[in-house]
Amino acid sequence: MLAELAVPAQGVPAEPFPNGISRYAIGGLLVGLGAVVIYLGTGIAAGASTFLESTLSYVSDQSRFKRYRASRDWRVVFTLGIILGAAVYAVFWQGGTWTTDVQPWRLLIGGVLVGIGTRIGKGCTSGHGVCGVGSASRTSIVGVITFLTVAIVTAQIVQAMGVSP
Amino acid sequence: MSSNRHPLFMPLILVGGLIFGFGLAYSHMARPEVVLDFLQFDDFGLLFVMFGAAIVSGIAFAVMPRIRDSAPLTGDIYGRRLKSFDRNVLIGGGIFGVGWGLSGICPGAAYASLGIGNVTILWALVGMFAGAYLQGVWRSKRAAADAAPTGAD
Repeated sequence: MLAELAVPAQGVPAEPFPNGISRYAIGGLLVGLGAVVIYLGTGIAAGASTFLESTLSYVSDQSRFKRYRASRDWRVVFTLGIILGAAVYAVFWQGGTWTTDVQPWRLLIGGVLVGIGTRIGKGCTSGHGVCGVGSASRTSIVGVITFLTVAIVTAQIVQAMGVSP
Repeated sequence: MSSNRHPLFMPLILVGGLIFGFGLAYSHMARPEVVLDFLQFDDFGLLFVMFGAAIVSGIAFAVMPRIRDSAPLTGDIYGRRLKSFDRNVLIGGGIFGVGWGLSGICPGAAYASLGIGNVTILWALVGMFAGAYLQGVWRSKRAAADAAPTGAD
């Protein structure tokens, strides 16, 4: 709470980890553990963005989506698990719901670009960033460097234009 | 993947998803503001999340193929997540980067955000499905055109 009040106005941060490191380190280890549990039992290195295309295969006959029919059922279960796991955090740790202040137009337009980009780029922050990098895949490492660099430049430009939140 | 699924297949996927989603919420990656703080260099915590998770999964990817030949619930061979590299990785990564930098939201974190009660995130989820659909229509048409060049419109 105090850290939120002490957020620096612009530019250089007062400190690199104003909210500490443990929440990020523990959370990250759990994200990895979730992927590992699925991998140990099934051999599947799961990503979160394929759910978009595989779920569209229920309602669309586009040939592009047909390749994901075999995996669409378990991907729905995986996504429901993600939602429920986050809900457990909200109830027992967060103490209720939390809502973003980021403006809807940013979420909508950003979402469209994320939906196009992850599917053309063969993965997202979990597929490339966690499972791909964990596999020491050169494709995923290049993918992560690409989207991380572009995202940083984009966010800096948006901030410089005075868009907030 | 085998056609006869093990009865524990879906329960295990659910448990993995639960831990995955709890981790995303616990790390506050389900909050777009925290991701934007990272991209604007106000809080470098996201690095711990992504690389911490990659190290944990990396250990499993490195160790399991040496211990067992195949996974118990599917019979699938333990492999790594390797995708072929081509121009699409750069083009798609660039488009994803613009979207991520604009909104602070990526797919897994968006699902988790819904779980923490962030109904406003539905804007991003609707956008993601629309984007995935648009590229699907475009690529389906292109694939059809490639398959039958003379019949292309």
